[in-house]
Amino acid sequence: MAETIAVEVARYSPERGSEPIYQRYEVPLRKDWVVLDALNYIKDRVDGSLSFRWSCRMGICGSCGMTVNGVEKLTCETFLWEYAPGPVRVAPLRNFPVLRDLVIDMTDFMDKLAKVRPWIIRQDEKALSEGEYLQTPDQLETYKQFSMCINCMLCYAACPVYGLDPTFMGPAAIALAQRYNMDSRDQGASQRTDILSQHDGIWDCTFVEECSRACPKGVDPAAAIQQYKLTATTEWFKSLLMPWRGR
Amino acid sequence: MSAGSGRLPRPYLRRPSAWWWLGRWTYLTFMLRDFSCVFMAYFVVVTLLQIRALGNGPEAYAAFEAHLRNPLLIVLNAISLLFVVYHAVTFFNAASTATVVRVGGKRVPDFYITLPNYIAWAAASVVVAWLVLRA
Amino acid sequence: MRAAIAVAETNPKLSIAVVSKVYSMRSHTVSAEGGAAGVIASDDSLDEHAYDTISGGDWLSDQDAVEAFVKEAPEELLRLEHWGCPWSRQPDGRIAVRPFGGMIKKRTWFAADKTGFHMLHTLFQTSLKYTAVTRYDEAFVTKLLVDDGRVQGVVAIDLLTGKILAITAKAVILCTGGCGRVFPYTTNANIKNGDGMALALAAGAPLKDMEFIQYHPTGLPFTGILITEATRAEGGYLVNKDGYRYLQDYNLGTPQPQPVLRTMELGPRDRLSQAFVKEMEKGRTVEGPYGHIVYLDLRHLGAEVIETKLPMVRELCLKYENIDPIKEMIPVRPVVHYMMGGVHTDINGVTPLEGLLAAGEVACVSINGANRLGSNSLTELLVFGARAGRAAAVSEQLAPGGQKLGPIMAQALDEERRLEERLSRTGGRESIAGIREEMHHTMETGAGIYRSGASLAESANKLSELKERVESVAIDDHSRTFNTQLTAALELSFMLDVAEAIVHSALHRTESRGAHQRTDFAARDDQKFLAHSLVSRNADGSPKVEYLPVKITRWPPAERVYGRKA
Repeated sequence: MAETIAVEVARYSPERGSEPIYQRYEVPLRKDWVVLDALNYIKDRVDGSLSFRWSCRMGICGSCGMTVNGVEKLTCETFLWEYAPGPVRVAPLRNFPVLRDLVIDMTDFMDKLAKVRPWIIRQDEKALSEGEYLQTPDQLETYKQFSMCINCMLCYAACPVYGLDPTFMGPAAIALAQRYNMDSRDQGASQRTDILSQHDGIWDCTFVEECSRACPKGVDPAAAIQQYKLTATTEWFKSLLMPWRGR
Repeated sequence: MSAGSGRLPRPYLRRPSAWWWLGRWTYLTFMLRDFSCVFMAYFVVVTLLQIRALGNGPEAYAAFEAHLRNPLLIVLNAISLLFVVYHAVTFFNAASTATVVRVGGKRVPDFYITLPNYIAWAAASVVVAWLVLRA
Repeated sequence: MRAAIAVAETNPKLSIAVVSKVYSMRSHTVSAEGGAAGVIASDDSLDEHAYDTISGGDWLSDQDAVEAFVKEAPEELLRLEHWGCPWSRQPDGRIAVRPFGGMIKKRTWFAADKTGFHMLHTLFQTSLKYTAVTRYDEAFVTKLLVDDGRVQGVVAIDLLTGKILAITAKAVILCTGGCGRVFPYTTNANIKNGDGMALALAAGAPLKDMEFIQYHPTGLPFTGILITEATRAEGGYLVNKDGYRYLQDYNLGTPQPQPVLRTMELGPRDRLSQAFVKEMEKGRTVEGPYGHIVYLDLRHLGAEVIETKLPMVRELCLKYENIDPIKEMIPVRPVVHYMMGGVHTDINGVTPLEGLLAAGEVACVSINGANRLGSNSLTELLVFGARAGRAAAVSEQLAPGGQKLGPIMAQALDEERRLEERLSRTGGRESIAGIREEMHHTMETGAGIYRSGASLAESANKLSELKERVESVAIDDHSRTFNTQLTAALELSFMLDVAEAIVHSALHRTESRGAHQRTDFAARDDQKFLAHSLVSRNADGSPKVEYLPVKITRWPPAERVYGRKA
C-alpha cells in the first residue's frame, strides 16, 4: 500500500467566491482510515478552514453524508484504501444547496419530515396505568425496516426526481410516514393520506430506486413509496365504490 | 443583534444538467425502462393494424404482411421486441418491491413474488403460440 | 427533548426554545445501544433496582433520588412506548427485558441493539407535535447570561450566518451531555465536549463528582466505538491472551457457561475496566497496533442470537475491524464512555443557581454515584428530563415579572465583542489539534482508570499551562458561514475547563471508590468521603473543592459484592 493518497475536496465560501473550487491535499493512507479521518487530518494539520459536519463516526447519527467520487456515502464508513491509488474526490451531497465547503442546507429535508405527521396518532388513547400497547414481534417486523432511517439524506442526494424538482416529498419522509402507517399502534393513516397522495408526494416518484441503493441502513424507501402507491390506489377505489365507508 | 452584515449567506445552488441520466449506469437503465413504453405503444398500434387487416380479408392481410417484410420494419420490430422484453422483465422484477406478502408472520422472499409473473408470462406465451401455430 | 415536551405539557402557554449546536437527531443519545432499565417483571421490585443502583454506585448515590428514579422509570419508559418507541417484545406482545451488568434481575427494556437511536428518534418525532417548541438548530451556545443572581438566557452563535444571538429566557435547562472528548479514547462523538458543564461552571453553578469517569470495558481499539454491554448480557465472554476468562480472578464470581446476573462479565463497568488494567500489568493482554487489548468472545452464542439480538454489533465489527463475531473474537479494551459527575442538581434537576436546571449526562443528581450501571442513563434522561421540564415550567422557577434587559444586553454585547475578536484575530502560535492532543495525553496518563496524587498534580499543572496557551490558538478560518474552526477552539476551551475540574476533584478525593481509583489511597473511606465533591471557582478563577454529604435513606453503606451472595 502506498504511503499517501491525494484527496480533492470541494471548497466554497459565500464570502470568497460564487463557485466551489477543488483543493488537493496529500493524506496518509492507512488501512483503518475512513474518508472522515482524512478530512479530520486535513482540518487538524493542513487547513483548519475546512468545514464539514460529523459526530458519532460510527454510522448512526447521519451527519457525515457527502459525495465521494461521484457517489453519496457516509464518510465515516467509507474506507480510504478502497479508492487507492486515488485521487479521492469529496464533494457536498448532491441536490442540496451548498452553504459552505461540504456543508449543505438541510432545512427543506427537516420541513418534509415534519409534514408527514411522524408521531403516533390515536383515536383513543390508552392510559399509562393500563400498560403497553401489545405488539407482537411479527407486528414489529412489519414496520421495523422503515424505522431504521438515520436521516442522513443520501437518498435525497441519489434521487434524480428530487434533483430536478425539489418540491418532491422525497424517500425518507415517505418512508417515515409508512413507518407510522404500518405501526400497529398508530391509527392515523388517514391523516397522512392527503400529504402523501398529492402530486409532489408519492406520485412524483418514478421508481428509479436509487434511494434504496444509496441507503446505508437498508431502509428501502423505494419499497415504502411503491407500497404506499398500492395502498393509496386501493383506498381511492374503495372510497369511489363504497362512499359510505367512514375515513 | 448581529455580527457583521447579518445577511443570510448566499448558498451555492447546483442544478442537474439535462444529461443527468448519463451520469450513472442505474440512471441510464431507468431511462431506458421508461423509454421502452414508446415501443410498447408502437407494438399496440402494430397489433391493432394487424387485427384490422385480418378483418379486411386475406388480401388486406397479405398486403400487411408484405409491409412487415420491409427490412427497416424488421429492424424496428426487432429493436422493439428487445425493449418490450426489457420492459416486462424490469416490471416483473419490480413487483416484489411493491408487494409485501406475509405467510405465518414471515415475509415471502422476493423470488416467490417475481416467479409467478414469469410463469404466467410463459403460460400465456405457450397458449398464444399454440393458437397461432396450429392455424 | 423530554424536558421540552414536559414543559409544553405542564404549561402550554410557555414558549420553549430548544437550542442545540447540532440537529436534534444527531445528539449522541442516538448511538446508545444496550437498553433502558425499568422494573416491569413480576419477580422484580423497585427496592432491588434501587439497591443495584446504589451498590453499583459504591454508595455515592443519593438514595432519595434513586428511590424517585426507580419509581418513575417504568412509567417513563411506558410513556415512550405510547409515543411509538419500538421496544422489543415477547412473543405475546408485551415488553421484553434483558439482563444487564450489575443488575440482579432482568429489567432492561431494549429496542434490538439500537435503543438510544429509537428513543431519540421517537422523542424528536413526538416533539414535532408541540407547536410551543421552537428549535434553534446549529446554534452554538457560548455563555449563560446571568444577572441579579439568576440565569436569564444564553448567547449563541448561529452557525449558518455567524450572527451572535441573545436568547432570553425565564429558565434554562442544560441537556448538553457528557465530556468524553476530554480523553483520547472514547465511545463519545465529536460533539461531547462538556459544553454545558463549562457554561455552568463559568456562570457560578458548581460541578459535582467530576472525578468519576466511566470506562466502558468493551470499546474497539482504534476508533473507540462502543460494543454494547448487551453482548455480555447475551452471554459473551471476556478472555485474555490465553483464552482465559480472567474476571474470575477479580472477585467477580466463578465462570459459568450461561451469564449469571451480577457475576463475571455481568459485573459493574468500573470493576471490569479495572480488571483489564491489572491483566495488562500482569502481561496477560495482547499488544495490538493500537495498544493493549483483550477479546470479547461471542462465537458460542450462535449466528441466530447474534443476528437477531446483536445485529448492529455484527455490522460494526465487520465494517470497522473486518471481523465477523459469529466466527472470530472481537478485540476490545476499556474506553471512556460516561461522566457520572456533572452540574450539581437536586432531585428535580434544579441547580443552586436560580433559573438554571440540568438533566441527563450533563447533570449529577446523583443517582449514578461513583459508577453507573448500564441501561440506567437512558432511563435517567427520561425521568430527570421530565422532572426538570416540570420544575422549570412551574412559576417559582421562572423569573418574576419582566426581565431587566439592560444588563443582560450589555453582557451579550460583551460576549459578541469577545467572539468577534476571536474570529478576526490573526497570527497565533498554537494549534487546536496540538493543544487537544496534549490535553488528551495528560488526562489519559494522569487521570485514567488508576490515578495517583503525583499523576494528578502533574496533570493539574499541565492543564494550567494549556489553559494559558489556548488563548493564543491560531484560527485560520475567518468566514462567518459555518465556521467549525471557531467552534472547535471554543469547544477546546470548554474541555480544558472541564478537565481541570476533573483533575482537581480527583486530587482532593484521597480514597478509592467506584470509578475513581487512587493507587496511593486504595481503600474506600466512608468516614471522610461518603460525600460528593463540589468544584467551583474562586474569585481569581482557580478551582475550589468542597464536600456535600450523600443522602442515605434505607441502605446503609456496605461492601460491594459481585459474583456471590453478600
